[in-house]
Order: sequence, then C-alpha cells, then structure tokens
Amino acid sequence: MRSRRREEAVPFRSCRREEAVPFRSCRRQEAVHALGNPALGHFPLMPLPSFSSRFRRTVQLGIRSLWLHRLRSLLTVLGIVFGVCSVIAMLAIGEGASWEAQQQIKNLGSQNILLKSVKPAEEEKVSNRQQNNFALEYGLKQDDIRRIRDTIPGIELVVPARVIRDYVWNITRRVDAEIVGTLPNHPATRNQNVAQGRFFNDLEMDAASPVCVLGHDVALKLFPAEEPLGRDVRVGLNYYRVIGVMEPRARSAASEASVDGPAANAALGRIFIPLETARRRFGEILSRRRGGTYEAEKVALHEITVRVSRPETVIAISEVVKDILARHHTRKDYEVVVPLELLRRAERTKQIFNLVLGSIAAISLLVGGIGIMNIMLANVTERTREIGIRRALGARRKDIITQFLVESVLLSGAGGLIGVALGIAIPFAVSALAHMKVIVTPWSPIAAFTLSALVGILFGIYPARRAAALDPVEALRHE
Amino acid sequence: MVASPQPIVLLDKVRKAYRMGEFTVEALRGLDLHIAPGEYLSIMGPSGCGKSTLLNVLGCLDRPTSGRYLLGGDDVSTIPDDDLSSIRGKRLGFVFQSYNLIPPLTVLENIEVPLFYQNTPEEEARSIATELAGRVGLAHRLNHRPFELSGGQQQRVAIARALANNPLVLLADEATGNLDSASGREILSLFDDLHSQGKTLIMVTHDLGVGERAARLIRLRDGELESDTRR
Repeated sequence: MRSRRREEAVPFRSCRREEAVPFRSCRRQEAVHALGNPALGHFPLMPLPSFSSRFRRTVQLGIRSLWLHRLRSLLTVLGIVFGVCSVIAMLAIGEGASWEAQQQIKNLGSQNILLKSVKPAEEEKVSNRQQNNFALEYGLKQDDIRRIRDTIPGIELVVPARVIRDYVWNITRRVDAEIVGTLPNHPATRNQNVAQGRFFNDLEMDAASPVCVLGHDVALKLFPAEEPLGRDVRVGLNYYRVIGVMEPRARSAASEASVDGPAANAALGRIFIPLETARRRFGEILSRRRGGTYEAEKVALHEITVRVSRPETVIAISEVVKDILARHHTRKDYEVVVPLELLRRAERTKQIFNLVLGSIAAISLLVGGIGIMNIMLANVTERTREIGIRRALGARRKDIITQFLVESVLLSGAGGLIGVALGIAIPFAVSALAHMKVIVTPWSPIAAFTLSALVGILFGIYPARRAAALDPVEALRHE
Repeated sequence: MVASPQPIVLLDKVRKAYRMGEFTVEALRGLDLHIAPGEYLSIMGPSGCGKSTLLNVLGCLDRPTSGRYLLGGDDVSTIPDDDLSSIRGKRLGFVFQSYNLIPPLTVLENIEVPLFYQNTPEEEARSIATELAGRVGLAHRLNHRPFELSGGQQQRVAIARALANNPLVLLADEATGNLDSASGREILSLFDDLHSQGKTLIMVTHDLGVGERAARLIRLRDGELESDTRR
C-alpha cells in the first residue's frame, strides 16, 4: 500500500524538483528511480508545516532528554516545587485563619459598637486587702446608655446586657454558662436568629417573667434527646421556662474570647433572660466564692451594644462614644470594641501577610529559576555537539531556541505542578490533623503554576539563545 | 564524464580569511571550482591546506569572506542564517568522520532528524527512515542506539541520515577515517553505489587509496587549487 503511494508520488516529485533545480536533468531523476531507490526518490507529499505535530514532537524530545537525567531534573525543580508548595499551603492556612477571624467579627455585627465593663486592675488589689467586705463597684451604668442615646444622633439601638456566670440545670444535667439578661431586641444586634420558639417580648420584659432562650450549645447539652421548648431549667434557686433556642453561632475559636464575653471563656454557652428578670433575681451585687476568698462586685451593666443606623458612621460614632465615656468615668473600667475596626485591622493584617507570602514566593521562584538556568547552561555545554549536528542537518536558530526553551519550561512547569499538588495536599492534611479551617483560593494554584511556567521561559531564554548562537562549525568540533 | 555546462556547485574566486588576533589567516585564496551533477569528487591535500574550510563553505556551515558560491543555481554566499539552515537541510547531506549521531536517539530517530526540520509528517518520515535504513543494510537495527552499533554500522546510519531529504550533494569528511579497512570498504562501496545512482558526492580525505576511487581528484595546497585530475 505504502510503496504504491510512493511510486505514484515520484513522478509528481520529479516535476517539482525540476522547478526547484532547473539544471538537474530529468533523465537523471528517472535513472535514480530506475535503480530501485524509492526512498531516494521521495518528496514530501504534504509540504505544509504541521506546527502542532512539530511542537508535540519537540515536547516529546524534551521530556525524553529530561527523563534521561531524571535525578538531575528532579533536583533542579525542587526549588520551584518547594517555593510553589509552601506559598500555596501558607496562603490556604492564612486564608482560613483570616476567614475565621472575620466571621467572628461579623458575628459581632459590623454596625455595632460594643461597650464592656472591665474590672480595673489596680482596684482588685485594694479590694483584696480590705477584707473583701464591701462590693467593688465598677463598670457601665444605666446613665451611660441615656447619655449615648440622648446626645448622639444616628444610633438605631442601644441594648444593654448583664452577664452572670452560673450553672444551668436540667434535673441532673448541668452546664456552666453565661446568663445574659438583656432586652428583647438583642438578637437583632448580633445577626443571630431564633431557631426554635421565639425570643422574649416586651411584655415578659416588663413583667420580669421567668422565661429564657437557650443558646444552641446549651440546649444540646441540657436536652440531648428531648425537646427543650416548654421545659424548665434551673439557675440557682430559680426556674425559667424555655421559650426558644438560638441558631448555632459561626464556629467559635479562642480568639473570640478577646472580643466577646467578659468571662473570657469562649467555650461558655449563653442563655438569655429578660434584663428585668435578671435584675430582680440576681440583684445588684454579684458574689462569688472561689478557693476560700470571697469576691463581690457591683456591676450595673456588663455590656452595651450600640447599633448605628448607617455602617459608614460606625467609626465616627465610636469616637464620640469613647469621648462621652471618658468624661463620665473616672477610672478606665470599660472598654470599647468596634468590630468594623477589628475587621479592617484583620484585613490589613491579611494584606501584609499576603505581601510577605508574595515576596517569599517571588524569592523562591527566583532561586528556582536560577537553578533551572544553571542546569540549562550546563545542558547546553554538554550538548554542544548535538546542537552542531542539528544545525548541520537543517535546524534553524529558532529550532534550537525552541528545543531548549521547551525543556526549561517543562522543568519549571513540572515543578509548578508538583508544587501545586503538594501545596493543595498539605493544607488539607493540616486541617484534618489540626482541625483548622483552610481555604485554597482557586486563583492561587493557577497563579503559582503560570508564574512557574513563566520562570521557565524567563530563565530558559538565555541558555537557549546561547545554544542557538553557537557557530555550527565550532559546535561540531566540540568534544 | 564531461562537465555539465550548468554546475551543481560553482565556486567563484572564493576567499576565506580568519582573524587570529592581529593576524589574518587566509584559508582559501580565491578558489574556482565547478562540480557537475552526478560527479564523484575527492579533495586531498596536506593538513592546513584549507580542506576543512572548503568543506565547511561547501556545506554552508561557513560563509566565504568574498567570492560567490552557487549551490544548485542559487547564490548561498550572502543569504541569511535561517535560509542557510534550510539549504543545509534540503540540498546537502553530511557524513562526518566521527559519525555524529545523536546518542539518545535510536537509528530510526537519527535518520528522521533532517526530516523533522523540513516538517515532514511523522508517518511519512518514519517510512522514509525505515526504507533508508534498509538500503544501508540496517533493517534489523532500527531501534538500536548508536552505542550499540559498530563504527561501520554507525557510519551507515549517518549516510542514511544524510540521504533523508534527498540532497543535491553529499559531503563526506574523512568518512572512513575512524573505520577499520573492512568497514571502510563497505562505506566506500556504498558511496560507489550512490554515485552510480546519480548522486553528487564530495569527499575529503587524506588517504590516497580512498581519494583515487573518485572520478575526479582535487589537490589543495595553501588554500589554492594545486591539481584537478579526472579519470
């Protein structure tokens, strides 16, 4: 079949040749053919350059030549592998951590300003010395709420809360929790909804009804199998009817303690009761016995949540709030937390983190690229003779450039691929082992791979050009 | 054989000078040479006479400093490097003293190298290479590597490779220099066959026994033509 095609091709070919080489006699051509050398009488039937097939073969050639020096190639790409892998992995872990922090801050509400009572550090010592027989009075007061609400425009809500730490009982089940006495509109300030039942209303507030709404975790612990609605829970000597269960909060982690909850214990669940109920049942003075010492505190309000109507005014209003509080408190017995500010700070931290990671990535890719360049230069020197042979057999300069460039891009691209694979695998291993949130952003592997391929081009171009610039005569003489 | 009025190779007052620091060494001093299609020519001369330079110029690996070189009717002494490459690929076939096969490639792949650079489709290149390997008696060694072959076999691969693009002229540089006499004779008889099939062959040698097999023998001395004899 094949030889038949070839014989058909030959007469066609001799005519073509005739055009190209006018003085070559046709008779000679026929003589060649007559002597039975079909191969010598060959002329390409399809002179169209098939670029893709040619490129594919160049790539195959490159893979073979790299495979020939497997160890060397592997060692060469390690720089790129580690660079790419570490950057993707760190980015994923950092992204996860910052997502978590942002989520927590968002739970506090970006339109909110949180005011908290803080026990002044120096007073603590004094109270200890004075036989503990009087209650330490500090913190935010009802007056603060009035001042803030009356003097600052643009405030939507001011929600106070008393937070008392105590055990919450269901018959024999016990949970250490924070009992939060607050207003009926508390859920609105925390982007937190009631999952089951309802929150208490103004009527129950005014009547100081013994009702409560359980936090999701508390409800799970106290009523693992039963329906909590309509049941009673006991705190101290008082019973409260469960009228609702909150939605679960976004994952809480240790960092939440610093911005939410004066008890500084993030693991604590919360139950909500009307503020009025809390005032009547627990009184003004909270006492605590701990290891033989007795502590009494008089704190009117533990938290005040100020919700502004327009998010862009949060920072400005928070400054005014700080001013007002500073004027009316002689001691620093409160703190002001602005979640939006925290969010901004978290974002800035993340930007810096990304910048640092970016420079690490750039440096490692640079180092990896230099490694590739080094090996490619050695490669060119080693294969000088091959370059000479190829040039003598018809390779143009750009063919040589392509050949060596393909090799260096293959090296860096393979390095990038391995790096991306490891860089994705490592964060998932970390999250499985350390229970950390990791987020692999889709652009990071793509960017890492593209960059490493670019590094191959950038650092491959010089060796490739050097190979192409070799004088064929010199190259052929090279041992 | 009578020289054709239209030579396949025409050198017209070709000079080649190399700068060696402050000195200029003239390797070729105004060489005139006409080679007709189908001629079998050998170039001889003492070392340093300009044989290698002449071969490099003839092989389009090097350009003359002055003078004209017409290969197949086209002036190739002044064309750009890329065109020179394609001239080498299409019109010339090289056979070197040290074979110059590419070590990691198999016999077939070595023969395919010149076809690759002329964009010959893959299957076609494969069938051409197979046929040529058969013609030089290596049909049973297609997938061997050069180091697995004897010197004579490697040189035959090199000849097959040189013939791959059906060149106008075959250039052999001491093609038998590294071979034992038996292998050398095989190679020379292969050249004789090619000549009888109408190939134009130019052979550089310093072995008179080899040189005299050619129909025309040129002697060079100090970059000039010393003698030009035909049998």
